[in-house]
Amino acid sequence: MDLSFVLLIELLYAIASLILISSGLAVVFGMMKVINLAHGEFIMMGGFVTIVAENAGVNVFVAMLLVAPITVGLIGLVVERLIIRHLYGRLIDTMLATWGLSLFFVGLVTMIFGNTTTSITTPITGFSVGDYQVNGYNFFVILVAISLVTSMYIFLKTTRFGLIARGTMQDPDIAAALGYSPARVYMATFFCGSALSGLAGAVLAPLVGLVPSSGATYIAKAFITVIGGGPSLIFGLVSSSAGFGLVNQFFTFYISPVYGEVALLISAVVLLRVMPQGITGKYFRGKM
Amino acid sequence: MILRSAKREYGTIIVASLMLMFLLPYLVNTYTLTVILIYGMLGTSLGLIWGFGGILCFGQAAFFGLGAYTYAVSSINFGESTGAMLLSIVIPAAFAFCLGLVIFYGRLNDVYLGVMTLVVTLILFKFINSTAGPQYIIGKAKLGGFNGIPGFHTLNVPGRPEDYIYGDPFYYFVACALIIVFLLVTALLRSSFGRIAVGIRENETRIGLMGYDSRARKTILFSIGAAIAGLAGALFANWGEIVTPGLFSLRQSAEIIIWCIVGGLGTRVGPIVGAAALTYLKYGLGQQSIVDNTLIFGIILIFFVLFLPKGLVPWVVSVWRSVFQRKFVRRPHNRRHRSSRRDLSRDI
Repeated sequence: MDLSFVLLIELLYAIASLILISSGLAVVFGMMKVINLAHGEFIMMGGFVTIVAENAGVNVFVAMLLVAPITVGLIGLVVERLIIRHLYGRLIDTMLATWGLSLFFVGLVTMIFGNTTTSITTPITGFSVGDYQVNGYNFFVILVAISLVTSMYIFLKTTRFGLIARGTMQDPDIAAALGYSPARVYMATFFCGSALSGLAGAVLAPLVGLVPSSGATYIAKAFITVIGGGPSLIFGLVSSSAGFGLVNQFFTFYISPVYGEVALLISAVVLLRVMPQGITGKYFRGKM
Repeated sequence: MILRSAKREYGTIIVASLMLMFLLPYLVNTYTLTVILIYGMLGTSLGLIWGFGGILCFGQAAFFGLGAYTYAVSSINFGESTGAMLLSIVIPAAFAFCLGLVIFYGRLNDVYLGVMTLVVTLILFKFINSTAGPQYIIGKAKLGGFNGIPGFHTLNVPGRPEDYIYGDPFYYFVACALIIVFLLVTALLRSSFGRIAVGIRENETRIGLMGYDSRARKTILFSIGAAIAGLAGALFANWGEIVTPGLFSLRQSAEIIIWCIVGGLGTRVGPIVGAAALTYLKYGLGQQSIVDNTLIFGIILIFFVLFLPKGLVPWVVSVWRSVFQRKFVRRPHNRRHRSSRRDLSRDI
């Protein structure tokens, strides 16, 4: 009983962290069709911003939920203005330029913080269930993921900006004809996507040792989650995170964490081969 | 592209490359030069499949690493290098063939192809990294996890395991290998297989409608690229005398892509020039610690994508042509003659 509870929490945590690290990419890649290979570095920078802000005396939750997303969002804004906006519609070129960007950020952060592991302590203490110790912070991560998905859904479905954003992504010409500036909508969407990546990095920061190159560990997972999810943004994100999280935890529990990761990647290869359009390309069609 | 006569082209390549092979050691020490040429070969492998086949592989480093590991493991087991060299070409090619069957027969393109190759590279990297325990052993060779495999049998004269090839002779060996690979790639691109590969890059549907099986052709081209990368990997293992999981890393894959972009896609010399220039730069920069290397590489990549997307070699060629053609503009009375002669020569 205790064990199954702990395992359930672990599973939910795995799913929640996948949702967190992929949500920014889901917006940028899933909506705007911009392949942002610097996504992992945005996450990494979110973590570093949190650590710096916390060391400067900011409350850790404020640093995580406000400072990091806004800072990384602003970085994303600059990147969009300088580089990405020249490359809309050029798939391969965007991919390469953002790869260059990712190397640039890794180099920059290495120069500022040095190539060492930085971390902060978990702000929530653990508690024990029977014979097992549970990390209380995992609940926080799960909570953030749930509220993130819900607010994204409400935002895109019910607000005016959500409607405009979805419309522009579908057909920028029509949106322009109706008096909205696609360039601005793209800019705002990219800002939101980067802010989400920053949030993910910030929330996960107390759980991982941050190094400048740790973006690489997120990028592949984020991509396979978004691509595995398919065309619909939120349903795709949740369903593929659930699927991959399940596979990952299953193999982590039965063999080892390394095999959990490898199994996740292999299942992604199989999924792409069987359903190249992603899960929501086949099921839940037309949902958001 | 104008098809020049085959004999003349091969002759030019051989003469020019032999001259370079003997002249370069006067400029750069042969130790650095060897690794530049190995990277040049690695660049060629991606330049072939990406520049001429349109297959953007994010995991060329996987084949490079696989070649290096195959060489290390089999040379420990054989106690001799000839068989190990051959295996390190065959195994990456076979691996790429299986991967190609999955990818190309699943009709995965662009992003999906990129992500798929990226993921496979990561799987290999994670797997090799976790093989530190004593249970991971192939024959006599321990895989060694994060520490890699040191102390394997390096290159020797075929049939005589005691006569090692190292230092300057190894440089000439690598240079000759690169020249042979370059000639083979040239021959491949002149053949109908190469022309159709370029056709697939331009318009896959049209080539398919003409009755060619683009999936099979892409798979074969992909595994030829992997074979070249595997050979480069084996040579790199010999150069470094150790193989580590770092060979499989994303950083390595990124570098290969940067070489191709910087040198120029769709040219044969481009990736080699790109690899040589950037490797030389990397070794030069390695001696200073003011600016991080990765930062500079990132800026170079962004710069080339935004401002010089065709790469150095095509850019130099176009500048050369524009200077060359200005001559005709200056002398208008000659213009008609010359241009008609040029057209004629093009027809031949």
